[in-house]
Amino acid sequence: MTGMVGVAAAVVLLPFLAAVAGLLGTRRLWGGGGPPGAILPPVYRRAAWTAVLPTAISTVLAIWLLAGLWAGNALPRGTASYGGAGSPWWGDTLPGVVQGTLSVIGTGGIPISVGLRVDGLAALIAVLVTVVALAVQVYSVGYMRHEPRYPSFSAFISLFTSAMLLVVYADDLLVLYVGWEIMGLCSYLLIGHWWEDRANSRAAVKAFLVTRIGDVGFLFGIFTLGLAAGSFRIDDVLARVPQMPTGILVAATMLLLLGVAGKSAQVPLHTWLPDAMAGPTPISALIHAATMVAAGIFVVARLYPAFLGARPTLDLLAVIAALGMLGAALAALAQDDLKRVLAYSTISQLAYMAGALAAGSDQAAIFHLITHGAFKALLFLCAGAVIHAVGSNLMSDMGGLRRTMTITFPAMTIGFAALMGLPPASGFFSKDAVLASIEHAAIEPGRLTDAAAWLLYGCALLTVAVTGAYATRAWLRTFFGESRVQSVALPEPEPGVAHVWDGREAPATMLWPIGVLAIPALLLGLAGVGLVEWSSAVISLVVALLGASAVYAAWRSDPVTDPARVLGPLRVPAEQAFYVDAVYSRVLVAPVLWLARLVARTDDTVVDGAVRGSGSVAVGVSGLLRRAQTGNAQLYLTGVLAGVLIIVVGAVVLG
Amino acid sequence: MSALLIGLLAVPLAGAVVLMLLARPSQPSEAGDLVSLSVSSGAGGREGLSAPSAAGDREGLSVLSGAPGLSVPFMRWYGPVVSGVTLVLAIVLAVSFDYGRAARPQFEIDRAWIPGLDLRFHLGVDGISLPLVVLTALLTFLCFLYLVRHKPDGERFGALVFTLLVLEVGMIGTFLALDLLLFFVFFEIVLIPMYFVIAVWGGKERRAAAVKFILYTLLGSAVLLLGLLLIWVHTGTLDMVRLAQAHGSGMSRAAQILAFLAVGLGLAVKAPMWPLHTWLPAAHTEAPTVGSVLLAGVLLKMGTYGFARIAIPVLPEGAAALAPWLGAFAVMGIVYGSLACLAQRDLKRMIAYSSVGHMGFVLLGLATLTPVGMNAALFGNVAHGLITGLLFFIAGAIKERYGTAEMSRLGGGMLGRLPYLGSLLTFACVASLGLPGLAGFWGEMLALLGAFRPAPGLSRPLFLVFMAIGGLGTVLTAAYFLLMLSRVTHGRPDEPEGRPDGPGGEAPGPAEEPLVSTAEADEEPRVRIIEEPGTGGEERPAFAEEPSFVETAALPEEPSGLPVEPVATEAAQAPTASEAAGVPPPGEGAGPLPVLGFGRLRDVTPYELAAWTPLVVLTVVLGLWPKALLAVTDPAVQAFLGAR
Repeated sequence: MTGMVGVAAAVVLLPFLAAVAGLLGTRRLWGGGGPPGAILPPVYRRAAWTAVLPTAISTVLAIWLLAGLWAGNALPRGTASYGGAGSPWWGDTLPGVVQGTLSVIGTGGIPISVGLRVDGLAALIAVLVTVVALAVQVYSVGYMRHEPRYPSFSAFISLFTSAMLLVVYADDLLVLYVGWEIMGLCSYLLIGHWWEDRANSRAAVKAFLVTRIGDVGFLFGIFTLGLAAGSFRIDDVLARVPQMPTGILVAATMLLLLGVAGKSAQVPLHTWLPDAMAGPTPISALIHAATMVAAGIFVVARLYPAFLGARPTLDLLAVIAALGMLGAALAALAQDDLKRVLAYSTISQLAYMAGALAAGSDQAAIFHLITHGAFKALLFLCAGAVIHAVGSNLMSDMGGLRRTMTITFPAMTIGFAALMGLPPASGFFSKDAVLASIEHAAIEPGRLTDAAAWLLYGCALLTVAVTGAYATRAWLRTFFGESRVQSVALPEPEPGVAHVWDGREAPATMLWPIGVLAIPALLLGLAGVGLVEWSSAVISLVVALLGASAVYAAWRSDPVTDPARVLGPLRVPAEQAFYVDAVYSRVLVAPVLWLARLVARTDDTVVDGAVRGSGSVAVGVSGLLRRAQTGNAQLYLTGVLAGVLIIVVGAVVLG
Repeated sequence: MSALLIGLLAVPLAGAVVLMLLARPSQPSEAGDLVSLSVSSGAGGREGLSAPSAAGDREGLSVLSGAPGLSVPFMRWYGPVVSGVTLVLAIVLAVSFDYGRAARPQFEIDRAWIPGLDLRFHLGVDGISLPLVVLTALLTFLCFLYLVRHKPDGERFGALVFTLLVLEVGMIGTFLALDLLLFFVFFEIVLIPMYFVIAVWGGKERRAAAVKFILYTLLGSAVLLLGLLLIWVHTGTLDMVRLAQAHGSGMSRAAQILAFLAVGLGLAVKAPMWPLHTWLPAAHTEAPTVGSVLLAGVLLKMGTYGFARIAIPVLPEGAAALAPWLGAFAVMGIVYGSLACLAQRDLKRMIAYSSVGHMGFVLLGLATLTPVGMNAALFGNVAHGLITGLLFFIAGAIKERYGTAEMSRLGGGMLGRLPYLGSLLTFACVASLGLPGLAGFWGEMLALLGAFRPAPGLSRPLFLVFMAIGGLGTVLTAAYFLLMLSRVTHGRPDEPEGRPDGPGGEAPGPAEEPLVSTAEADEEPRVRIIEEPGTGGEERPAFAEEPSFVETAALPEEPSGLPVEPVATEAAQAPTASEAAGVPPPGEGAGPLPVLGFGRLRDVTPYELAAWTPLVVLTVVLGLWPKALLAVTDPAVQAFLGAR
């Protein structure tokens, strides 16, 4: 057992050490050839190896852990303490838990136990994380090959991978929180990678701050659960869930939901994700598709018994998911920036997972999480290849690329098929599992209130149609029709995009990860055939095709203009993502800044003014006193005599 | 073994005395001068806060540097050696400390001091004071190390060394004292050298800042003394150990409340607690780098240490009665400090206000009166000392290079111009905003956890509100640090925000906007980027001339001549090269490093790196392994609160 925990620790620590080595070992301070801080080809190669190799080992070990759980025999059965709700859904296929505690930190109150815990759920997600991270690292070697800051970039990816794995494997909620926040930092650093551009810098700050608002709630949710259970260990918390009062559970899960909404970019804290596309494309693939945004969904699944005990929270989650999936899908349909299309589609797809969780099926949610991780990472990497080749993010600068990009085109087609939910791509199966679970929740009275359940179901079906529409639009605008590439003027590329137009397919280091990711994006769904319910599957397929054909018809009638015009009057609001950003900056940002200026002024005039005032009052009073000190001895003597007289009279009268 | 504690005090003290004796031959009456100096400056202070008078103190202190027998290298290395020995002693202390009995004072010395008043020279170290003693010794040593090559303005370097050594005696003594009046004496000793550090080696407004500092803190000390005397009157002892074990027995509730109020006020000025903080920004802004570092790193801790050591254990009922007020002022400080930071334009001033916020967390932890909260406060103390010390070091380095700490004049793109300094600034800010995995997090998190369930007898809903406000404060903290980073480190290095006459200098951009997060402000830089190719001489993107970018486009073009002030670039290169070889550049005087041409500034120097690396390492280590500190403080905290 200890050996297995050691393996789990190695999975987490290897990328961390890679990050440390990458940050410290790839630059020189003084001396040596070249000016300080220069990155020479050998340094660059070393950075690449430092980044890729540990991640690769981690991937192998994570897969080995999963296989060990699958084999299962040597290990004890899964925890019986799963919230009193019997064995979790992975209990049959992936029994067993690998668990170990390195140390217990006494805080004076509830201790923090530094330990890892790998069960079926954690092992599955860890494999997803490591595989995507490896693909991204390899891809970055090619994508960032002209990038002077590649070493720090790859080191931050390693740190990020490590933090995500810590979240997945953590045994203790506070340890989980550590990983949770470090991801936020890495996200900040990586989104702001091209910090020369103020817009990127702002996007990075926004991502950190918005998620931080959620994280504060998340921390308080952890406090609530931990103090109710008397322990921060996930096992102990889940074991005590049946005994907790509903009020506590609702409060705790609502607070946790805030953090989940922040990290998984759900309404109302979703606004950072589209802006986060300012980061390099590999980062978009890693953070904003496969891993960090998945952390929120993962945590809900991790603590699912607590959520099942809090019906109001599930209702709220259903409403959030319903609004998020439809709104984001509509926004995706109106965007011109290819990465922003994918970003909004990520919000929409994550809302599907949240919807499945609200509907009571964590299995469907995790299934969709894994397939989505694969196909969305694939889509982003393909988008990166396209952008790399074209030199622009905008779809109005693309078109007709299927002729030149012979590998990217089929790979991205697979990705879009999975996104739309076309069989046999993986998305078909997982999205159907989600829809089926939502349908059950709507039809059968149960966990959700009726209104929330029907709202969720209606939005989910509509979103299927819109998803079909925007995926088709992006696919057509990128790869078909007349090429609009030549019209791109590239005197000096924006820092946010690729470097030179070479019009050719991407280098091998970029193509290999694309090819490798295409396989699970296509086939992974077959693992979950058992979850498919064919009646709802047919409905969703028909709806998706309806959406797609509407866009296709619009495109056929006029291939030059943007098929987003099918949105009609909704187009402008959808392009602006329904003005949420503007509202936030009016309602939140501006008042805070006003308050800040007010405080700064108050501090100077009132608080410090009182201090300075006390000084001048003292000076003034002493000035008055000084008047008495005239140096005239007669005056002094008169005063003394007057005093004596008053005292004597007083003594006589009062005594 | 008790000689260790004596040594900790004696080494810096002896160092200071020897320095004085060595300086004697030049001017026999320098002891008298040192006395007269305080008198004359007192006279200056009487003229009012805003009237800088003729600097009598400068003349007084000039004695020490004017000594003919002391060569420059000797003076330079004298401080590091003496404080290094002190640091070694502190480390020996930490190593030989018995962690199994961290709750009890160890290495105790208990001698009669002034028998007539029953005052005792009682020193000892336990789990609460040990980390602070080591922190003090470390920070002082690092300050001296930094001073080897980075002297502040003002010429009396020997006097600065003398002052800092006296300061070290006072700081360490405060944390070692186990007698209330001895504590007070050391507490006061600290003020005098710090006053001189600010008043002599500070910035332009140094006189006003120093006078405000000393008047404010002396006023606090007077109240503190009254409180201590009140305790003495009621209990008949000044021994902290006995008082803590008594847990307030022998004092009526009313007397405890009164005493807690007095002691608390005195300590709150030092901490500083809102609204008694206004001396802090002024002092920090004007103090030289080492002064700021020690002020933030150690002096503020003396206030919160006093709470944990004296006010709360000795006066439990008074603490219970006033804890809600303490908590309220603490969270007020958190939010107020953070908001004030958002609107600051000066880097050092912003960091000073951030201290108000951070010490608010420490005070909140103390106000909960729980072991978790106390541990949080002690952890927060150390973490804040490390991180804010580092921040002030970096801010000082920035000021030294740019000649200003005004954010709008710094311009953007520090990551491009000075990659290492920019990275370190980023690291320090991220640590300061409480990122988990770095030291700043645990103090804040545990303080909030303590507020989630305060000690029995305190109103839980009230503290839940405090916790929520504190949580809001963490978001605001992140906001101001990230906005500052965005303004200073991000952006194009050649954004000529700070250059009045540069091309594009007339464009307002973020320079005039206090904050750049609004949508309107971001249009400016973008426009400028597009315009750049047309501005002639500076057509190449500025980052190409930066070291870290040389690999790609810049290398082949480098010989073709950079348009940006080639002479200044040459000049900048030379000292860097000689610095690398360990040879002191010729003509290295006492003045500040020259502000080099706009094109290139000197990045982190070896001495800076040597002074900063321990802080960085400790921040990471304590962040990843908080047990290292919590295991030391927890037993003592439990013992202090145990009887409840």
